[in-house]
Amino acid sequence: MTAQCEPDNLILQAKGISKSFGGIKALDGVDLEIDKGRVNAIVGENGAGKSTLMKILTGVHREYDGQIILDGHNIAFATPKEAQNHGIAIIHQELNLIPYLSVAENVFLGREFVNRFGLIDTGKTVAETKKLLKKLDLDINPRMQVSRLRIGQQQIVEIAHALSLDARIVIMDEPTSAISEHEIKVLFELIRSLKAQGVAIVYITHKLDELFQIADSVTVLRDGKLVGSSSIEDVTHEDIVRMMVGRDIKDFFVKADVAQSEEVLSVRDMCLSHPRRRDDYVVDHISFNVKAGEVLGLFGLMGAGRTELLETIFGLHPKESSGELFLDSRRIEVNSPIEAIKSGIGFITEDRKREGLVLQMTVASSIGLASLERTERFGFLRSALESQLAQDYVERLRIKTPSIKQIVENLSGGNQQKVVIAKWLATHPRILLLDEPTRGIDVNAKNEIYRLISELAQKGLGIVMVSSELPEIMAIADRIMVLSEGKQTAEFTRSQATEESIMKAAIPKSFQLRHSLHS
Amino acid sequence: MLELKNQKQILVKFQSLLALLLMVVIFSICAEGFFTKDNFWLVLRQVSVNTCLSVGMTLVILTGGIDLSVGSILALSGAIMAGLLKNGLEFPAFNLFISFTLFGAVTVGLMTGSFLGFFNGLMITRFKIPPFVATLAMLTIARGLTELWTGGAAITGLGRTFGFLGTGWFLGVPVQVWACAGIVAIFVVVLRKTRFGRYVYAVGGNERAAKLSGLNVNRIKLLVYTLAGALSAVGGLIVTSKLNSATPTAGDGYELDSIAAVVIGGTSLSGGKGSVLGTILGALIIGVLNSGLIILRVPPFWQKVIKGFVILLAVAIDKLNTKEP
Repeated sequence: MTAQCEPDNLILQAKGISKSFGGIKALDGVDLEIDKGRVNAIVGENGAGKSTLMKILTGVHREYDGQIILDGHNIAFATPKEAQNHGIAIIHQELNLIPYLSVAENVFLGREFVNRFGLIDTGKTVAETKKLLKKLDLDINPRMQVSRLRIGQQQIVEIAHALSLDARIVIMDEPTSAISEHEIKVLFELIRSLKAQGVAIVYITHKLDELFQIADSVTVLRDGKLVGSSSIEDVTHEDIVRMMVGRDIKDFFVKADVAQSEEVLSVRDMCLSHPRRRDDYVVDHISFNVKAGEVLGLFGLMGAGRTELLETIFGLHPKESSGELFLDSRRIEVNSPIEAIKSGIGFITEDRKREGLVLQMTVASSIGLASLERTERFGFLRSALESQLAQDYVERLRIKTPSIKQIVENLSGGNQQKVVIAKWLATHPRILLLDEPTRGIDVNAKNEIYRLISELAQKGLGIVMVSSELPEIMAIADRIMVLSEGKQTAEFTRSQATEESIMKAAIPKSFQLRHSLHS
Repeated sequence: MLELKNQKQILVKFQSLLALLLMVVIFSICAEGFFTKDNFWLVLRQVSVNTCLSVGMTLVILTGGIDLSVGSILALSGAIMAGLLKNGLEFPAFNLFISFTLFGAVTVGLMTGSFLGFFNGLMITRFKIPPFVATLAMLTIARGLTELWTGGAAITGLGRTFGFLGTGWFLGVPVQVWACAGIVAIFVVVLRKTRFGRYVYAVGGNERAAKLSGLNVNRIKLLVYTLAGALSAVGGLIVTSKLNSATPTAGDGYELDSIAAVVIGGTSLSGGKGSVLGTILGALIIGVLNSGLIILRVPPFWQKVIKGFVILLAVAIDKLNTKEP
């Protein structure tokens, strides 16, 4: 399946792009063709390699294998600025505007017009911005402070910035994730007009419905590999889902079944309000149970509210959330991590370096951090007790470290993750919440972590594991709950679950513009 | 190769100590009268006040904060001790007069310092005011209160007993050096051997991870600023006792010397890394430098310039050796 198009429409071609991070392949021989005057969509799960590929195209990553051909010439960008100079602009999901500068100042940031005294020529800046905004049909005052605009408007300011750079290729990363339906409509019209002007759009999304309204071609990535690329007329929704999933599961460690036992954790009607949109929820009335010895998998795409659900259970959003928690059928109040830990809940966060570890600490101190009272006698820490505790977990979890005095920063990702798990086990939890426990660690270490999770469940812990890797969640979880845009959309037992059925439930359905926009 | 690396690591670990020894050797050679018993005690006595402040500052900086108010709190605490001791408290409206014993006056002074530190902590944790701003405000507030309390003039004539801490000797060692050594010993143990100490490092190293590990981050910070205030008050006690008077300008600019000591001692301003012993070395380096330059008759203005460059040099060497990303 290759895109059918006129060869002279081809503006950028990437050939055999590969990129590794610390031994893990993020991209593996990916080919990509971008045509001008078309919307070239790229889809794939979280971690499929979309953003790595975009970072290579925009000069963020300099070291990679493969070729990039722009207008028929081989090219390699040394800096993002160089990519910009060649007419490649990217509009990030998190917008890159300076909130306290005006629209015009943002659009021409770094390239201000100056008068003959070397001072900024505000008049010209504003006039030029006005021209650009008019082209984009955005009726706002260029002197307005950016922070006072809505997200959708800010996005258009970013597009204006891209156009002011004479961008010929505009990359949009999940542009509809934070904007209202009306704004989506405006954005799509804008994209159509850019197309007509011959701009090439690279459109990254996982909202498949959008593709059929706006995209001309679609490229699917999975696990850093190109799965296929096609004209949008030649594929169906189901085809794309099938291309996004469908991996080998043969190498996976599969969790042993456990006998049914009693319920440990029960979550009732958990809600977390949206930080900006009123009457909207990031976590929307979620209820579930976890039994002792059970691993409940939570699957969802970016923005599904998985991490937020775990954070809410752990007491990180006491003011913005509602709902009830029961542990061993007793109602518990959790308004802070301190209370969560006291109740027997442990939370292994997604980002070990930012949230899980104090990197300068030793292995021993890190393991003991959440349960220091256990190594204390008469108000003083006993290093012997601390070492004993740490040594115990280093052996039990097979943590590879030269000594327990080693600084955790120097350990490998997999072993750092084990240290985090050890820290939580030392608090004697009844429930472990795991958020992407194998993110960024290599295959062998992953298998070790799976085995560990399985062992912990066998010992009677209840485990809630968030993962965006389908084969992983299908191998480790006894039950799988699917979240999409904060809501529970499906639940499967391991035997019922198929990759397609899970993915189908995970893809957001809220997009309701089908009829109004099809022209 | 490995041995070479180890040697370098050891060198890095003891670089402050080496720098101190080097300075002592150089001044002993160049400056007549530097390497004498009298000067030895003089330097230690001069360093003791800064050491008190710097120990508190170390705690604060380890949590990733800063305390600019230590000098002002020192002044106010000292003035309150002196004022209460000499004049007592008078409430003409109620026809009430309270006189204070030495112990009472000192206690109230120490409590004042602790309270102001606690107030700093409260502003920082409860109202989320950045430490720099909160303690900058306290720098002005406490200085103003000192001037109000003293009426802008020194409170003098506090008696011999009160002067013992600042001028007396015990077992051949100045009393203030004993006091200082005691404080250092206590905080070395606190930081190394108690949960609180460990938590101080954790909060500064990664506040988010500390919070998620169930640490009460706000309470730890509150305690740290309170201790910094209390230690400033101890500094105030030593200064007032040494001069046998409390002046409204006491401790002016001391916050900078104590930050310098902490930084020279290898504590990272971003928190989580450093030690009290390092800070002591930093304070000693500043003290030895001061003394050496005075003995060499370097003009006072030049002394400041040189001190500034020493701070830059110390931190630059530290940064070069511990490659931070």
